[in-house]
Amino acid sequence: MEQTAVETSTKKHTISVYVKNNFNALSRIVGLFSGRGFDIDSISFGQGQEPGMARITITTHGDEQIIEQITKQLHKVVDVLKVQDLTYDAFVERELALIKVNAPKASRSEIMQIVNVFRAKIIDISPESMTVEATGSQDKVNAALGMLKQFGIVEVARTGSVALKREFHGQT
Amino acid sequence: MTPDVATIEKEKQQNTNGARPEGAQSGETKELTGAEIFVRTLEDVGVDTVFGYPGGAVLPIYDHLYQKSGFTHYLIRHEQGGTHAADGYARATGKPGVVLVTSGPGGTNTVTGIATANMDSVPMVVFTGQVPSGMIGNDAFQEADIIGITRPITKHSYLVKDVNELETVIHEAFHIANSGRPGPVVVDLPKDMVKTTGTYRGSGKVKIPGYKPVTRGHHSQIAKAAKMLSEAERPLIYAGGGVNLGDAASELTELVEKTNIPITTTLMGLGGFPETRSQSLGMLGMHGTWYANMAITECDVLLAVGARFDDRVTGRLDGFSQKSKKIHIDIDPSCISKNVEVEVPIVGNVKEVLPELTRMADAPQIDNWWSTINQWKEEHPLKVPYSEDEITPQYMIEKISEVTRGEALMVADVGQHQMWLAQHYKFNHPRSMLSSGGLGTMGYGFPAAMGAAIGKPDRTVFCVTGDGGFQMTAFELATAVQYKVPVKVAILNNGWLGMVRQWQELFYEERYAHTHLESSNPDFVKLAESYGAAGFRAKTPAEMEEVLEKAMEINDRPVIMDFHVTKDENCYPMVPAGAALDEMVEGEE
Ligand SMILES: Cc1ncc(C[n+]2csc(CCOP(=O)(O)OP(=O)(O)O)c2C)c(N)n1
Repeated sequence: MEQTAVETSTKKHTISVYVKNNFNALSRIVGLFSGRGFDIDSISFGQGQEPGMARITITTHGDEQIIEQITKQLHKVVDVLKVQDLTYDAFVERELALIKVNAPKASRSEIMQIVNVFRAKIIDISPESMTVEATGSQDKVNAALGMLKQFGIVEVARTGSVALKREFHGQT
Repeated sequence: MTPDVATIEKEKQQNTNGARPEGAQSGETKELTGAEIFVRTLEDVGVDTVFGYPGGAVLPIYDHLYQKSGFTHYLIRHEQGGTHAADGYARATGKPGVVLVTSGPGGTNTVTGIATANMDSVPMVVFTGQVPSGMIGNDAFQEADIIGITRPITKHSYLVKDVNELETVIHEAFHIANSGRPGPVVVDLPKDMVKTTGTYRGSGKVKIPGYKPVTRGHHSQIAKAAKMLSEAERPLIYAGGGVNLGDAASELTELVEKTNIPITTTLMGLGGFPETRSQSLGMLGMHGTWYANMAITECDVLLAVGARFDDRVTGRLDGFSQKSKKIHIDIDPSCISKNVEVEVPIVGNVKEVLPELTRMADAPQIDNWWSTINQWKEEHPLKVPYSEDEITPQYMIEKISEVTRGEALMVADVGQHQMWLAQHYKFNHPRSMLSSGGLGTMGYGFPAAMGAAIGKPDRTVFCVTGDGGFQMTAFELATAVQYKVPVKVAILNNGWLGMVRQWQELFYEERYAHTHLESSNPDFVKLAESYGAAGFRAKTPAEMEEVLEKAMEINDRPVIMDFHVTKDENCYPMVPAGAALDEMVEGEE
C-alpha cells in the first residue's frame, strides 16, 4: 500500500497499562508492538500498588487508527487489567536521567549552577566527574542534558517516562 | 481515550460473565502426583480426546496413561499432524482440541498447527513437556523456550512453576481457549511438575481479573443498524467464520429469511447460511463469485457478521465497497475498523446480537436490487467445464457434492482445489467446511479431516487435497489406519503445485520454477495400500464416479482417491492481487 500523508496526523501518546506482574505479560506487550510494527518511543515497567501487579508506561506515536489498534490490542492481552491512553486527559509525567559529566575543579561551580536551575541533584562526585540526577518532563531532561553537554558527558542512563492521570484540575 | 475504547472498557466491567468451564465440584482435597492431577483435571474439564506423542519430559504423564484415563489418547505420527488433528476436531465439534507433546522438538513441531489455529480463532490447548525447572535456561537436552517461540501465535500461555497451581492453570487455559474470541493456549509443563506431588482440589472455579470478554452488543448500536438495514436500497450481508465459530447459523438464517437481504460468505463463513436458498450469493473475494463481488462493490449498506475484512476478501482497499455504509458485528473489538472504517461497530457475540437485530429490522424494499443481482447471476454463473475423457476439477467437486448430497463434512487443504471446493460444493450446514483460511497452511487438510472424523464419527468426512499438500502430512495415514478413521481423501492430482503454477502462468510469463511434481509423485494408490488404507485411481469422469461409489462404502479405514485431473486448469473468477473486487478476471475465453 502507498503511504500517503500519514506523517501529518501522527501524534505522541502516553499509554498506561496495569498488568499482572509475570514474565510473560511484559514480553507479550513488547511482542505485540514488534509483531505489528507499532513503535515504542519509551517504556518503563515497575511494581504496581498491589502485590503481584505492575504498571507499564509506554510512549508511542501514530495516527488515530494506529493508536486505537494499539489500545485495543493491549486490552486483548489476558494479563492486562487496565489500559489508559492518558493523552486525552490531564496527566502528570516524569522521566529520570542519571548524567555523568566531566567535572574538573574549574567547571564544578558552573555545573552546580546549572543543576540548581533545573532543580536537579548531584548524587555522586569524584575528582574528575559528577553524576547528576535530573527528573521532569522529557523536554526538561533534554534541556538539562543539552546544557551539560559542553562539559563533556561521560555516560547517561534514562528511564522511560512514568505517568499517572491527574485528578485535581483546580477551581472551575 | 477514544469513545470506542471507553465503551469497551465499560462493557468489560459490566460483563462479569460467570462462565467457567464445566468442572467437578467435589471439593475433595488430595495429594496426587502432577501427572495424576493433570489427567484428573482434563477429565474434570470434560476432555474426551487427546492427540499426543510421548517423550522423556512427559513420560510421567504417559506412564499414568498406561494405567487409566477417562479420555482417548490418539498417537499421531508427527506433532504438526497432532495440532492439525486437534484443530479439525475443534472446528467440527466446537469443543477445544487438546494436544500433548514432549519438550524441545515435540514443542517446535507444533508451531505450524498452533499458528494455523490462532489465525482462524480455533480453541485449542497444547500441553508441552519441558525440562525440569532447575535446568531451564541451561540449554539442557531437548530444551526449547516454547513459551517464547509460540508467544506471538497464542492467545495466552503458561509455564507451570508450582505443582499446586497445575489444576487452576488447566482450568484457566481451557476457559481462555474457549471463550471470547477463541484461540490456542500453550501450557508448558516442566518434568518435575508432573513428577512431584501436590494438592488436587477438584474445584473448577476460574477467576481471571483482566479477562472478561464482551458478549452483549450495545443496544442502541443494534437499533441503529436495524434502521439502516430497513431503509437500505441495496443492502448486503457479508458473513465470516464468526458465524461458524459462534454457532450462529440459525440466527443468521432467521435474519435473512425475515429481511430477504442477499448474503455472501467468506471462505471461513461457508455453511453459515444454506447455499441452496435463493438469498445466497456464494463466496466473495479473490476467488469469489462474480455476482458476490459485484454486489459488495455496489451495495449501499453492508452488514459484516463475524468477518474481519481480510485482504483476500477486500481486494484493493481503496476500491472496496466504496458506496456503502458499514455495520460490523464482531466479538473482537480490535477487528473493528482495523482495515476498513465502519459507521456502526457492534462489539459482541454474533449469536446474541443477531436475534436482537432480527427483532428490530424490517424487510427493506429491494425488488430492484434483486433484479440486478439475478441478472448478474444469470449472465456470469460459475463455470463447470466438462469432458468425457478428462476429469475437470470443477466437475470433480460437483460430483462429490452430488454423491454426498451436500451433507458431508468437507475439509480442504490449500491451493486451487480449496477454492474449487469453496465455489462448487453446496454447503448447507455450519461447521461443514474446514479450511486453513488465515494462514493458508498446506498439509492442514488430511490430519484436520482425521481429527474432524474422530470428533464426528457419525458424519461422512471428505478431505479434498492436492498432490502437493497431501504429501506434506501424508504420514498421518498410519494414525488413521491404526484407529480405523474412515476419512475419504480426494486428491486433485494435476501434477503441479497448481495454485502457484497459475500465478506463474498469469503473472510470471509462464516461468514454471519448481512447481512441477508429476515426475516425482508417488503412486498414491500403493502408498495408501502400504499403510493399510484403501487406494483407488481414476482418470475419466466415468471412473471417478465408480471410485466415489466404492469409497462411500468403506467405513473402517481411510480411502485415498487419486483423481488425475486436467493438468493446466486455472481457478476463476480471480481478482489479481492488488486489484479491486470489480476488476476480477472471469476466465480464458
Ligand atoms: C506450508 C505451505 N507452503 C507453501 C505454500 C504456498 N502454496 C500455496 S498453494 C500452493 C500449491 C498447492 O499445490 P497442490 O497441493 O498440488 O494443490 P493445487 O493448487 O494443485 O490444487 C503452494 C505451494 C503454502 N500455502 N503452505
